Amino acid sequence: MITRVIVKKATYRDSISLMKISNSISNLPGITQAAVVMATELNRRVLSEAGFADAAIGRAASDDMIVALEAKDAASLDAALTETERLLSPDEKPAGEKAPPTSLEEALEQVPDANLLVVSVPGQFAKREAMKALGRGLNIFLFSSNVPREEELELKKVAKEKGLLLMGPDCGTSIINHKVLGFGNTIREGMIGLVSASGTGLQEVTTLIHKAGLGISQAIGTGGGDLSEEVGGITMIQGIELLEADKQTKVIVLISKPPAPGTMEKVLEVARRCKKPIVVNFLGGDVSPRMLGKLRPANTLEDAARVACELAGVKPRLVASTIPRETISVALAEHKKLARSQRYLRGLFSGGTLCYESESVLQRLLGEVYSNAPIKPEYKVSGDAPSKMHTCIDMGAEEFVEGRAHPMIDFSLRNMRILQEARDPETAVILIDVELGYGSNADPAGQLVPVIRKAKGLAEEAGRHLPIVASVIGTEGDFQGLASQEKALSEAGVLIMPSNAQATRVSALIASGEKVEAAISGRSD
Amino acid sequence: MSKEKRSNEKTILAEKLKVVNIGISTFADDLRSQDVEVVHVDWKPPAGGDQEMLRLLEKLGL
Repeated sequence: MITRVIVKKATYRDSISLMKISNSISNLPGITQAAVVMATELNRRVLSEAGFADAAIGRAASDDMIVALEAKDAASLDAALTETERLLSPDEKPAGEKAPPTSLEEALEQVPDANLLVVSVPGQFAKREAMKALGRGLNIFLFSSNVPREEELELKKVAKEKGLLLMGPDCGTSIINHKVLGFGNTIREGMIGLVSASGTGLQEVTTLIHKAGLGISQAIGTGGGDLSEEVGGITMIQGIELLEADKQTKVIVLISKPPAPGTMEKVLEVARRCKKPIVVNFLGGDVSPRMLGKLRPANTLEDAARVACELAGVKPRLVASTIPRETISVALAEHKKLARSQRYLRGLFSGGTLCYESESVLQRLLGEVYSNAPIKPEYKVSGDAPSKMHTCIDMGAEEFVEGRAHPMIDFSLRNMRILQEARDPETAVILIDVELGYGSNADPAGQLVPVIRKAKGLAEEAGRHLPIVASVIGTEGDFQGLASQEKALSEAGVLIMPSNAQATRVSALIASGEKVEAAISGRSD
Repeated sequence: MSKEKRSNEKTILAEKLKVVNIGISTFADDLRSQDVEVVHVDWKPPAGGDQEMLRLLEKLGL
């Protein structure tokens, strides 16, 4: 096997384009490994773990690009390098076609009446672009993460002053005027409006509402930092006011991980004054009855969808929240097949809020859960450390995405972790989430099925049975096809549940058997 | 909140979206597939990603 590493100084491509190039080079004949990545700390570490030992990797700066190839022979390597160069060179434009704009200013010459800027440049450059756009009167969907909190506050103050909406930073999803920004699903139009500090939380609730037969008026993402003490919920408050004024919206849902206490007070005060019914889902957050007043609480994302549908006049049975008796029997049968060493649940999530929701559900069923994003700080483990007892890992946390595409697109790091858990004799069950829709991988099941089969095989070789449980966030309108994705996973032996909360409860049942059965039967939280 | 600001804020929910996309190009493709008018910017890090130079450019208002 021969390897070659080339560092291209000060060369930039976005992480999704690079992932696509890496994938197509990996599939060339004679190539055993290929990575074309920005030289972030994370990517340099992943390359070294993959066996690329070239000293140039250690010397590369974060604005450099690394091409790392491993091949069976020199001819394959040379061919792959030529192809890499071809894929990295700019597209040739037919004669007469204008070159694309290279700045916001040039773009606005083409669309002077643009009303929204979508920004997904690396975090350290995001404020520069966003501030220019606010100055030109544009609303902003700011997908970039790693934007410092003080820059977020500065941008949001300017946006508020100008009466503009700034969704983000670190905003994964919004549905504005029935158009999906970033990652999101095809949801029917309807009367429920959402404001969410969580991208996957928003995806989970909107798809469950859709499956219940209702639809969405607007879904405004705020970014995860909006409900911090410093930012004070500026965007969530703007969102509530916008939805109150929006004629199509009849019911409002607020979604977040627990907000900072002072910010929660502020946001709920505005929500209590709102004339429209509001469902509040601050996952795991302690909201007192005094603070809630007339607002309707929801413990899980599934619960939030159910209560919103109820308020919109649909009978709750359409969003089923109890686990059917036959599924409980299947889970108990799986539990009986486990070896004595298999005692712990391992959750591996692309969706940060789904990870948090699972921790919150598991805390009640199994006790404490270790995580790289724990509910209680004393249960924090590093994302790259081996799992410890019950563990839930947010694979979309910033430590996993610096210079890499999000795990909803790039399955490589989670797939490696699935195999790691399968080798661990203490793993009783693996719980995962799968997201469909705009922005996500074109075939998540295609990415997962070979790894799931391999994981089950590894466990089997060691004399263990390894159950895997998943929930698929999506609708029949999503281009990946909800039914075909669920079918492919199910055929690979994955137990599919209709929501993350239910998948979590069933996984707890598989891990701990009768001990949690009573707590699960007939419960919705 | 003044009336003027409120009516400005309402526009994004009431207006047809017209988008400039900077960064991940597939976001522009996804918007086009939803019949949204979008112009994608072929973005490169300013000052070749040099943070010192970037701070200087910002000071100069460039």
